[in-house]
Amino acid sequence: MLTKTQVTGEVVTVYLKGELDHHTARRMREAIDAAVELNMPSLLVLDFSEVGFMDSSGIGLVMGRYRILSKTGAQLHIQGLSPAIYKIMRLAGMERLATLQSKA
Amino acid sequence: MEIINKFQLTILSRSANEGFARSTVAAFASQLDPTLEEISDIKTAVSEAVTNCIVHGYQNEFGKIYISGEITSSGELRVKIRDKGCGIENIEKAMEPLFTTVGGERAGLGFAVMESFTDRIKVRSTVGKGTTVLLVKRIKPRFGSKNG
Ligand SMILES: Nc1ncnc2c1ncn2[C@@H]1O[C@H](COP(=O)(O)OP(=O)(O)OP(=O)(O)O)[C@@H](O)[C@H]1O
Ligand SMILES: [Mg+2]
Repeated sequence: MLTKTQVTGEVVTVYLKGELDHHTARRMREAIDAAVELNMPSLLVLDFSEVGFMDSSGIGLVMGRYRILSKTGAQLHIQGLSPAIYKIMRLAGMERLATLQSKA
Repeated sequence: MEIINKFQLTILSRSANEGFARSTVAAFASQLDPTLEEISDIKTAVSEAVTNCIVHGYQNEFGKIYISGEITSSGELRVKIRDKGCGIENIEKAMEPLFTTVGGERAGLGFAVMESFTDRIKVRSTVGKGTTVLLVKRIKPRFGSKNG
């Protein structure tokens, strides 16, 4: 399993696991979109604590989810970022689309 | 400047090989005693170049991706990633941040990531013949390291 979903009220949290690249992005995207469609959250939390690698395919994934959420005015929060993934999120300017939080 | 080690690797343009390719290059680079950050920069840049061969170069066909690496006596890692796919019409335009010909779920940031995570990148491409990307990363010598 590449994802695990938890629903608490209007908050949907999707825990991603493994390496996020072009090869794995599709399955992760489908799981996130299914959870969003089913629960219509006002806040989507993507948890990257268990993601060991990410390239620009992950940026595409975040941008795509932001586009879907903004249709209903829902917010996006990204947490559990390793230093390397935080670096690429910042390079891509993702702090303008979502709140970013590093790994504790 | 002397080349002290080399490798060559040919893979099929299957997305399952993206992880294999970046991990292999990172393993080769580890003899320069890089930091965790340098290793992750290398992995990310290689992943971008290899993914581009698969997604753009060969699009919906399968072809070969040729990866070679060299380490120099001055502590430089040079990685060449080549496909014999469709080629790039306008390289300057392709390298602009946010430029993509695929849209949808691609950010158009692959080249920007490669530029930012390496010390030098060179792209050569011929339409109908293919694309070669050269990535150069200087691994800083560390205290107590063989390369120091
Ligand atoms: N190996 C290649 N063969 C043919 N075209 C390429 C190749 N690499 C890049 N390109 C072209 O250059 C453009 C920009 O590449 P870049 O990696 O910056 O963005 P992207 O791949 O479109 O999106 P992202 O990398 O963010 O997922 C691509 O959209 C494609 O048109
Ligand atoms: Mg790309």
